[in-house]
Amino acid sequence: MLFELREVTYSYERQTALNQLNLSIAQGSRVALLGANGSGKSTLLRMLDSLCFPQAGSVHFQGAELTEERFADDAFAFAFRRQVGLVFQNPDVQLFNPTVFDEVAFSPLQLRWPKAEIRERVDEILNRMRIRHLKDRVPHRLSGGEKKRVALASVLVLDPAVLLLDEPTAGLDPRSQSQLIDLLVDWAGGVKSVITATHDLADLADIADRCFILDSGRLAATGPPEEILRDRELLERTNLVHAHRHRHASGKVHSHPHMHSSEDL
Amino acid sequence: MKWGHGRHRGGFIEHTIDALYGAMERFLYAENTARGGGFLQRIDPRVKVGGLLSLILAVALITRVWAIAAILVVAIALAMASLISLGELAARVWLPTLPFTAVVAIPAIFLTPGHVIWRLPVLDLPVTAQGIHSAARLILRVETAVTLVLLLVLSTPWTHVLKALRIFRVPVVFVVILGMTCRYILLLLETAHELFESRKSRTVGAMTAGERRRIAVANAGVLLGRTFQLSNDVYLAMQSRGFRGEVYLLDDFEMRRWDWAALLSFAGVALLSIWLGR
Ligand SMILES: Nc1ncnc2c1ncn2[C@@H]1O[C@H](COP(=O)(O)OP(=O)(O)OP(=O)(O)O)[C@@H](O)[C@H]1O
Ligand SMILES: [Mg+2]
Repeated sequence: MLFELREVTYSYERQTALNQLNLSIAQGSRVALLGANGSGKSTLLRMLDSLCFPQAGSVHFQGAELTEERFADDAFAFAFRRQVGLVFQNPDVQLFNPTVFDEVAFSPLQLRWPKAEIRERVDEILNRMRIRHLKDRVPHRLSGGEKKRVALASVLVLDPAVLLLDEPTAGLDPRSQSQLIDLLVDWAGGVKSVITATHDLADLADIADRCFILDSGRLAATGPPEEILRDRELLERTNLVHAHRHRHASGKVHSHPHMHSSEDL
Repeated sequence: MKWGHGRHRGGFIEHTIDALYGAMERFLYAENTARGGGFLQRIDPRVKVGGLLSLILAVALITRVWAIAAILVVAIALAMASLISLGELAARVWLPTLPFTAVVAIPAIFLTPGHVIWRLPVLDLPVTAQGIHSAARLILRVETAVTLVLLLVLSTPWTHVLKALRIFRVPVVFVVILGMTCRYILLLLETAHELFESRKSRTVGAMTAGERRRIAVANAGVLLGRTFQLSNDVYLAMQSRGFRGEVYLLDDFEMRRWDWAALLSFAGVALLSIWLGR
């Protein structure tokens, strides 16, 4: 197992964000975290990235428990940071360097890669993300979509085995959105694991082979995307679809099987 | 500049926030000048930090007005050699700092005992030669020191300043705090500005100065809370990307013959002015 959470509880001062959560994520899987606003997706991702630790229960990463004490050790922390990368929901918090180039070079520098290798690698990733032209710009003055790409590049540069994404396509124009999805599909080709928090049901099947639905910090359901998308009652109960707008989906399929094919075509 | 000057007539608080934001942003992201090919941009950041700080120290130590003025001339020459426009210096440093310094300096004109050269009519306050002298010295000192700081800021990416401070054995914690403080202040000002803008877009018609002040006070709590939240997230994002407190940069600092020459000149000017100008 890549990640294993047992009875994990995490609260902010007044708000319980994760409530006795149990879930396991297999190595090499592509997982989508679904859930309404405030259901705890971002908190869960931060916990998987060991930026916060459970107040009750435990998180295991490849068999080792993640605790604050473990992270006091440089060697352990570096090994973990090398393998796991998180792209934040709000790109503004992730961009703090004077130029885009420095931004992308930040992680490998902290992990003390050889400098020649860093330059090469940064160039490569800038090209791949199609942000070469932004190289000398100030990250904090880019457009929202450009910021998202830079934030993603600054994590992908390490080529992490586990990629945690917090709403990566939110705020992107449709073209960039589909480019990004393509990139992630390619990326996940190998042994890599990708865990994506999203509200976007349209691309679900492309980015995930397993979904977890969170509801008020608890696991409401889990299953492959097709199954989840078909469970209309579940989606409505967890506020993932608006009943009115999704009238044409599975709801009608049961009562009018003929409509199904005609609608799909 | 992202937002600007003269677009609307705001109150004192807004103007101050605008000005501070501009200055902070310049410091953190001095993109145009920092990588340009001027004199200061080409010398090693350690030499630059050490050299300019020693000039600031000299300005603080020397008492003769002509010696301080000489350092100001050196600073202006450095600015010109570094392609930093004097207009910008005037607009960003000399004029804005003048009123603040004047508040402190003007009483000295009347309060310093000495040879009375003139009496202020009506109030009948004595103006002494010594008073004018010390007020001039204070203003000159502040303007010179601020100019030197700005030269550093405008010619050096802030990550280089941080790294150079580390080389001067400034403790890691302090450098991290300084780095975070800069980000924090920028976020605070940014948030403040956004708050003002969103208020304004929701308010029909002009606000009076009093209304603006009330909004500013009412929002201070929200502002601090939100900024704290954001800067906490920034810190988490840094950690997530492997930051453990030490600053690593792509650019290696390397002393060339040029840098040694610059180091010697800085030291020479600082020592000479302290020796002659005390
Ligand atoms: N820093 C914080 N301080 C206090 N409460 C917080 C904080 N961050 C999140 N919360 C609360 O914890 C709960 C879970 O938040 P979280 O950000 O994990 O939700 P989310 O599923 O990512 O939502 P969204 O879809 O809006 O991004 C929410 O009720 C939120 O109000
Ligand atoms: Mg979230």
